[in-house]
Amino acid sequence: MQGTNFENASDLSLVDTASDESSLTVEQAIANLRGPDSGLRYYAAWWLGRFRVGTPEAIAALIESLADDSDRTAEGGYPLRRNAARALGKLGDTQAVPALIECLACDDFYVREAAAQALGSLGDRRAIPPLMALLDGGLAAAQPLGDGIRLRHPYAAILEALGELEATEAIALIEPFLDHPFELLQYAAARAMYALTQESVYAERLVRALSGDKLPLRRAALADLGAIGYTPAATAIAQTLAENSLKLIALKGLLEKQVQQIPLPTLSEEARRIMALMDELL
Amino acid sequence: MSDSLLPLIRAVEQAHSASQLTQAVRALAATGQEGSIPTLIAVLSYNNPGAAVAAVEGLIQIGEPAVPALLEQLDQHNYTARSWAIRALAGIGDPRGLVTLLGAATADFSMSVRRAAARGLGTMKWHWFPQDLLEIAQEEALEALLFVAQQDEEWVVRYAAIVGLETLATAIALAYPDWRAQIQSQLARMTDHDTSWAVRARACLAQQQLQAGIKIMPTPATVEPSPLSATDWQQILDTLYARKAQERLAFGEGDPRRYRELALAIGQPEVKP
Repeated sequence: MQGTNFENASDLSLVDTASDESSLTVEQAIANLRGPDSGLRYYAAWWLGRFRVGTPEAIAALIESLADDSDRTAEGGYPLRRNAARALGKLGDTQAVPALIECLACDDFYVREAAAQALGSLGDRRAIPPLMALLDGGLAAAQPLGDGIRLRHPYAAILEALGELEATEAIALIEPFLDHPFELLQYAAARAMYALTQESVYAERLVRALSGDKLPLRRAALADLGAIGYTPAATAIAQTLAENSLKLIALKGLLEKQVQQIPLPTLSEEARRIMALMDELL
Repeated sequence: MSDSLLPLIRAVEQAHSASQLTQAVRALAATGQEGSIPTLIAVLSYNNPGAAVAAVEGLIQIGEPAVPALLEQLDQHNYTARSWAIRALAGIGDPRGLVTLLGAATADFSMSVRRAAARGLGTMKWHWFPQDLLEIAQEEALEALLFVAQQDEEWVVRYAAIVGLETLATAIALAYPDWRAQIQSQLARMTDHDTSWAVRARACLAQQQLQAGIKIMPTPATVEPSPLSATDWQQILDTLYARKAQERLAFGEGDPRRYRELALAIGQPEVKP
């Protein structure tokens, strides 16, 4: 592909337009990440993840950024650490796992959330015990804090990561969250339980959520069903009252699961049915 | 306008909440009456996605009579309204929307607009075209769709381009076997190499359906004749030629990048990504 500056970018199709976003080079981005300007550092961390730059230098610079102390928000958060963790989750290099596990103890909620998500996508089972430790105290410890909105930990990210990591040893810890007062956490628990047990009762909980009253909850259920690739949900997804683009992404998840199970050029009846639904939503 | 339409229009104008508005627009759209066109078009600029979707569906249902008003809407400097109008044009498939869809599929800022336009380029009402114009129009559509299939960075837009190419292939099959061969080799490349598995699966399906001769387009004898006037066709021809001339000025023949430049030149300057 012409005009790109990425040697080891694994997904070149993402960088084929001459937009401002791709005008950095890998060298510049890494230099920016190690430089003094907090705005440029924050952007460089995002950029390396967005364009899948998984070079050893990029990974090393991002891991260093997980311990950054200079970029702070007024509330004491660590914006650079959050972005670095998100980027590392996309780059697929398990060298980052120990540093991301340390981030689970960071006092910034959003750093813990980004780290839990990244650990889920890196698929390294070393992350399972520290993630399970955050569920200590069970449902009682996970009740909303004083303001009724905030939680002690990023439980949704933790539950989903344990599901992705196939942490069957965590089932007893996850199951109580099906009764959490927050619906979003119930969905996260259902998604994880389905991933760990393949029992349709959990996925059907998400299908029911597609006909709920609130748009944000319907959107969340769409994303969860797409993530677990639950084929029987196809028609319900297509009929959900939500944006076509979100329904298409969810159906894409179902389709890709089918293609994983039955490789091309064979197309299962289910795959054909899913594509017929997608065609109508374009 | 029939009297039954007035209360429905008033309900749209007086809606007090987003969900009330969506419901009122749905009820108005369901009439399918031409008298609802101005109100449905006004809804496109209300910044209410649910209502806009219902209005777009209503306008597609009405079809050809809504096209002049939709084209007028494209001249307004409201990007959101513009993008909904393009989606309605894509759904209607009226030839007067062709040049708009060519520009939108290849260069619009919003991926949902590129997606709808790419699909719409396949389902254009080709049987309405006079023979001499059909060739240049289909060639432009083919080039635009091949460009989108090869170059768009969003999986969903490439997916829509495949759907467009598959429909176009069935429309051009007899007249231009070499075009059909181009489409088939593009589909084969995408089946093997696209970065998205969903896109690969759809390309594979399109190949299989084209080989099996599924999805045969209606023959001109069984569908309604073109309602377009000679002046309409002249305008379409003029804009297509203008588009081709600008392409040659901007880039060498065969360079697909010209579409993005060209679309900017012919009227999307208010878009700031």
